[in-house]
Amino acid sequence: MSIKVITVGEKILGANEEKAKVNKKRLDKHGILTINIMSSPGAGKTSLILSTIKHLRKKARIAVIEGDVASSVDAEKVNALSIPVIQINTAGGCHLDAFMVEPALDNLPLEKVDLLFIENVGNLICPNNFALGEDIKLMIASLPEGDDKPYKYPAMFADTDVVLLNKTDLEPYLDFNTNAFKKVVTGLNPDVIIFPVSCKSGAGLEAWFAWLESVLKGKKSK
Amino acid sequence: MHEASITESLLSLALEKANEARASKVTRINLVIGELSGVVGDCVQFYFDAISKNTIASGAALSFETKPVSLRCRSCEKVFSPTNHEWACPDCRETGVEIVTGRECYMESIEVE
Repeated sequence: MSIKVITVGEKILGANEEKAKVNKKRLDKHGILTINIMSSPGAGKTSLILSTIKHLRKKARIAVIEGDVASSVDAEKVNALSIPVIQINTAGGCHLDAFMVEPALDNLPLEKVDLLFIENVGNLICPNNFALGEDIKLMIASLPEGDDKPYKYPAMFADTDVVLLNKTDLEPYLDFNTNAFKKVVTGLNPDVIIFPVSCKSGAGLEAWFAWLESVLKGKKSK
Repeated sequence: MHEASITESLLSLALEKANEARASKVTRINLVIGELSGVVGDCVQFYFDAISKNTIASGAALSFETKPVSLRCRSCEKVFSPTNHEWACPDCRETGVEIVTGRECYMESIEVE
């Protein structure tokens, strides 16, 4: 039998992108601002979510989807604040994808949510390649990781809308060069917004809260 | 571990295209993968051999065309390969750069019988 070549020319993850559009449409229908939070393990994703819940909970109805390889320790911390939270365990998977987020949305009271945080699996290699249906991609980089991370994971930094540079309280003890970090990140991604913060001391968080509140207002008025 | 979901996606895409063409067997799948895509070819092949059993793509060869990283200077538009930790343009030393190639992750074609 003769061999025939069929031209495809399609992204391998095209089906995920289509599902992410379905998720986005559903979230938009409810006027929900959705933020996909990505970072290496231990950079401060859960700390940022908890600080932001405490500050904003009287102004916005918040829900959280927690993605982890295993365990529900993060979800329990959110649950302790009486915030709706859904845990996704990826069973070894290193990222969330749009197909995992869809059933989580089925289990959230979407009509009572203004702001949804999706905490991705801690990993800098691939989560940016899997759209979930978010409005905003947010990365947390932390000082102990070193200022060279954008060279090692350039695609993550090129794709993100916002970078929170966390653990600034450790600056006196580390050799992290903040200007060098900002220079390479804005070089890769000229539109990125960078907030230096410390979730521990609270330094810099006011600017992040103010920005987030303004984006929330923008989403509501759409 | 993301290779597992990438492999599932590429198998279903290949089977969809093969079925549309009423093919009886997929013999080769030609993929274009950038160096920055984080996809390890050997890993994909391993998963593929396992999950394609009992499909018309069982035994198909996966061919990976790897695309190297290239950057474009945002100031003078020179395209260059990053060779140092500064990623500075070799002509004008500007550090504002755009990733041109190296992020590809697509299926170029399939070969069927």
